[in-house]
Amino acid sequence: MGPAVAVSELVKDYGAVRAVDGVSFEVERGEVFALLGPNGAGKSTIVEILEGHRTRTAGTALVLDTDPSSAGASFRDRIGIVLQSSGIDPELTVREAIDYYGAAYSRRVPTGELIELVELDEKADARISTLSGGQQRRIDMALGLVGDPDVVFLDEPTTGFDPAARRRGWELVERLASQQRAVLLTTHYLDEAEHLADRVAVLAQGRIVAEGTPAELRARAGSALIRFAVPDRVEPVSDLLAPVSGDIVGRGRHVEITTDTPTADLAQVTGWAAELGFELEGLTVTTPSLEDVYLSLVADDVNDAASLDGGDSQT
Amino acid sequence: MRTLWRCVRMQNRIFWRTPVAAFFTLVFPILMLVLFTAIFGNDAFDTVYGRVNSSQFYTPGLAVFAAASSTYTGIGINLASRRELGILKRVRGTPIPPWIYLGGVVLSAVWVAALGVVAMVVLGVAAYGVNVEAAKVPAMVVTFVVGSASFAALGLALASVARSVAMAVPTANATLLPLAFISNIFVPFGSETPAWLDLLGNIFPLKHFGLAFGEAMNPLSDAPAFEWHRLGVLLVWLAVGAVVAAWKFSWEPPVIKGRAARRRRTQPAPA
Repeated sequence: MGPAVAVSELVKDYGAVRAVDGVSFEVERGEVFALLGPNGAGKSTIVEILEGHRTRTAGTALVLDTDPSSAGASFRDRIGIVLQSSGIDPELTVREAIDYYGAAYSRRVPTGELIELVELDEKADARISTLSGGQQRRIDMALGLVGDPDVVFLDEPTTGFDPAARRRGWELVERLASQQRAVLLTTHYLDEAEHLADRVAVLAQGRIVAEGTPAELRARAGSALIRFAVPDRVEPVSDLLAPVSGDIVGRGRHVEITTDTPTADLAQVTGWAAELGFELEGLTVTTPSLEDVYLSLVADDVNDAASLDGGDSQT
Repeated sequence: MRTLWRCVRMQNRIFWRTPVAAFFTLVFPILMLVLFTAIFGNDAFDTVYGRVNSSQFYTPGLAVFAAASSTYTGIGINLASRRELGILKRVRGTPIPPWIYLGGVVLSAVWVAALGVVAMVVLGVAAYGVNVEAAKVPAMVVTFVVGSASFAALGLALASVARSVAMAVPTANATLLPLAFISNIFVPFGSETPAWLDLLGNIFPLKHFGLAFGEAMNPLSDAPAFEWHRLGVLLVWLAVGAVVAAWKFSWEPPVIKGRAARRRRTQPAPA
């Protein structure tokens, strides 16, 4: 039995445009894996290939050791899909919709249990058309889980939730992973990825530009960033700074040191300045957030592409 | 089989909760029978069936019109709107087999069509003395089944060609209503009707559906009153509808397509 989801060198072309460009990753059972990236980065295309909604151009994609592009009802019996773009018959009530869609699965969760899980008890007999946006997302979630799936695809599951509903949505996702399901999540909320995901892949322009646990990604930027400026008369990067363990970048008078040992490096820097007898202007030590990492990764990629498309692909 | 039955029941439930659909497929044709017989009287006149009462002319035609509305217009608009809402896409992600789902939509529409036809015929017999003979009932039933199947296939084709509700509604009305005028449904064709209109009506299935059903109710026709050549034309249209649907039907909401197209325009090809 392989991993719940295994993607290797996946490629998807739309005409002449390569929307997904050689993406590889795996998701294990009991793991929450997040695809993070701006709109148009290829997240939804990847997920829809794995759900069997789209065919791939090249590469391999296996979900539960099955090729989704040729899989039938028995495959769909084992997966749960929560898509942003899929509606529910507005004429039905919450209970009727869960009953109807649930009846198609071999291992179904009782309707009452699901209604309770997504906290729609009071709306159980209300027509779908009368639900608020957040309530509709909750019944979306219920319909994605009604078949007791082994793999759950969540496409931006908390978009449109208020902060409290968002917290409860997160708890629900955490519970899914604790039940040994594989969860593949797409999101453009960093805090959501950081909170929920065991591992994150950052996508830009159809490629994975970084992958790892949220902590590993944060560490890519070093655990700390030391910034300062030197007076005009001083050469900003000299041999005296060589013992510093981090990466040193000098731009004119401004120096940035990315380091995993900020205490030692800061001592080197201040010792150097004290010896030469000058002040370090605007000296700061900061911890980069996942957001810093993400923005720098995505910005690099967008800048690469900007010359080609004017940089407005992120709509 | 149980899944199919569940799909039929759910589509029926949706139909009865959509009052505008119920009105146009069931009430509107009956209203027309009442109005036509009130305006023109129920006297005998020369029709395609020979010299019969006006109610004898209008009842089968309007019954068939109700059946065509329920299947062609009903299925076309229902599926276009369910696709637009992303419901068809949801269904494709569940273990419900696509053919079972579509089968549920079709059978539900045929069931509603049967209700419309029975209501029309019962009203015709009870209120206007329209002729129904036991020996010709098999011809009525077979004509209804073949005609409804044909218009259901054309409804699937309509939902395949008209990708949005905004396109499906006018397309359905702009095809079915003019056809009803040249198919001996709303107006009886006399000897002075231009030949090209007659020919036009003969090309399309509505006239054959109506006249085959009308012959099976005609007091002047001989039992069993099967109009095999008309049923043959209906089967040809069934095949046409099925081929177009098989070729063009999509489960993806049209907005997704638009979004993908926009992405295609704005996202550069990798150098």
